[in-house]
Amino acid sequence: MLWDALSLQLGYNATLVAIGATLLGVSAGVTGTFLFLRKRALVSDAISHATLPGVCLAFMVLVAFGGDGRNLIGLLAGSAISAWIGLLCMNWLTRRTRLAEDAAIGAVLSVFFGFGIVLLTVIQTMGVGRQAGLEGFLLGSTAGMLWADALIIAIGGAATLVLVMIIRRPMTMVAFDPEYAAARGLPVHRIDLAMMGLVMAVTVVGLKIVGLILIVALLIIPPVTARFWTDRSDRVVLLAGVAGGLAGYLGAALSASAPNLPTGPIIVLVSFGFFALSLLFAPVRGVLAAVLQHLKFQRRVHIRQGLLALAQGQKIYEPLTLRLLRRAGLARADGVATEAGKARAAKALRDEKRWEIVRADQAHEATAALYDGLRDIETVLTCDQIADIDRLIGGPQEVQP
Amino acid sequence: MMLELAADQGVSIAGHSLDDSPLAIRGLTVSYGQKPAVFSVDMTVQPGAMTAIIGPNGAGKSTLLKAALGIVSPLSGQVTVYGKPLEQQRARIAYVPQRASVDWDFPTRVIDVVLMGLSRQLGLLGRIRARHMSRAMDCLNRVGMRDFADRQIGQLSGGQQQRVFLARALAQEADLYLLDEPFAGVDAATEKAIIAVLKSLKEAGKTVVVVHHDLATVTDYFDHVFLINTRKVAEGTVAEAFTAESLQSAYGGRLATAQIDQISRALG
Repeated sequence: MLWDALSLQLGYNATLVAIGATLLGVSAGVTGTFLFLRKRALVSDAISHATLPGVCLAFMVLVAFGGDGRNLIGLLAGSAISAWIGLLCMNWLTRRTRLAEDAAIGAVLSVFFGFGIVLLTVIQTMGVGRQAGLEGFLLGSTAGMLWADALIIAIGGAATLVLVMIIRRPMTMVAFDPEYAAARGLPVHRIDLAMMGLVMAVTVVGLKIVGLILIVALLIIPPVTARFWTDRSDRVVLLAGVAGGLAGYLGAALSASAPNLPTGPIIVLVSFGFFALSLLFAPVRGVLAAVLQHLKFQRRVHIRQGLLALAQGQKIYEPLTLRLLRRAGLARADGVATEAGKARAAKALRDEKRWEIVRADQAHEATAALYDGLRDIETVLTCDQIADIDRLIGGPQEVQP
Repeated sequence: MMLELAADQGVSIAGHSLDDSPLAIRGLTVSYGQKPAVFSVDMTVQPGAMTAIIGPNGAGKSTLLKAALGIVSPLSGQVTVYGKPLEQQRARIAYVPQRASVDWDFPTRVIDVVLMGLSRQLGLLGRIRARHMSRAMDCLNRVGMRDFADRQIGQLSGGQQQRVFLARALAQEADLYLLDEPFAGVDAATEKAIIAVLKSLKEAGKTVVVVHHDLATVTDYFDHVFLINTRKVAEGTVAEAFTAESLQSAYGGRLATAQIDQISRALG
């Protein structure tokens, strides 16, 4: 069943949803990255909640003029207008009053959402009979998705992606160093607005699939996931797109593989799954890597300290140090160095002197920055460089094997 | 007063007409809330000189620089760069902000930061080509950071971060360089590297303006000074303006008399 879903063989609707969700995931991940880099992730939450009154008002207008209240383009246009108003309110509050951004987000989010819920309740008592489905915009509803709906999502998602690609450099510059960007003459405020506008577009496009409450997850979780794997912003963007797209595709397929599984929330859960895996297992930045790194580092510190103590004929008191030295065959149980231990200890002491010279020499700055008291010097310098340093130290030369 | 009137009419002062001054500020007032940080300040930067902006903490040094660059919007006043409005001259100005102004955990490498200095050449969609890379690497080389090109910026020491910022400014190949406290909290090696680069810029005929806090090094590093304490206190060559009286008037009681004596002795 799941395989059928993954290979898009569960029928027309499921295929439409899977394609739509994948595209939405990619564009949300990519767009959300810039929001994340600008440290304004929560703004998207306010924007998405501000879409609700627009959806309801658009429905009322459509019905009042005798149209189909469920016309997706009409509803999305309404949601975009009210989200934009919410965005401008938030911007005005942050820039022109003493309110901080978090307060402005809270104010806009709750007021717009509250107003939207009031309108939704009013609509439900209107008894038009055609209102069924508006609540679907809260958490997304893909059951009755049409070809036209999927097309709107695809076009909207693709257009957002293209726009993001065009202004990615200014957005990155503003996110990293807004003052420098302003000094270069970049219109920082307008670039921020453009970024928010793109986030709004993704939100509106995603209303049908994940709904306004959960879209924030698709905007934020993929970039946060991607950040675990790379230190380069362009790659964060790329990986966030991949993570978002995969989550959309897998989530849609999973929800189609069993009855009564909601699409939007499953997509978010899959996305969270990627995040959890990255959090735990990513190299360097992951939790596990950090723990292992720490333990390994601790072992190296103990061995190094032990070797230096041996070289200087001092007694080793710490049990862990002694145990590690013994296990490495560098010392006996009574703390006396073995032959191998003596050689390593002498080398450690000499390395310390070499490092001292490297660190005092401005020409070796990049190397000196690597000094941690542990590193074997031949891993960072060539034999010739080491020979030069040894000439400075003087004394007996190491015998070359 | 007479001098200011003369300045307003574009009459030449100290051998240079206002019109071609790399940076001319007139009647600049900037305020955060109700308290002006910079009040009615005039400044005329001499071309080809190294000018230090000095004054006590909170005297508006950085604000003056930011207003000159249009980063903060002034309540009043005008800024011209090489005789034209700032907006037309952006390409000729390079800015080195304070190190503390950015998040150093940002996912970017040293070389990427320097390439930001080439954003005008790259445009929105232009590919980063070999000539861009080699120019960025040259700039890193000039600040002694070539070997660090591929490191994540968070792995650098404070002084190294400052030098990367300077390399980014160098990549712009500007005519006017504005630096905000480049020597704050950096190691001696960095200070030496930065001052060497700044002096080479001066020799190449560029103009350098530095917000500076270390009074002891002013006479070694700079040829012009601008003293500010919300209002302008003094402006001119080091010999003219960096005097015991002007320091006393800029710093008030905040500067120990012994310190002032020491400086005036150093000045002879």
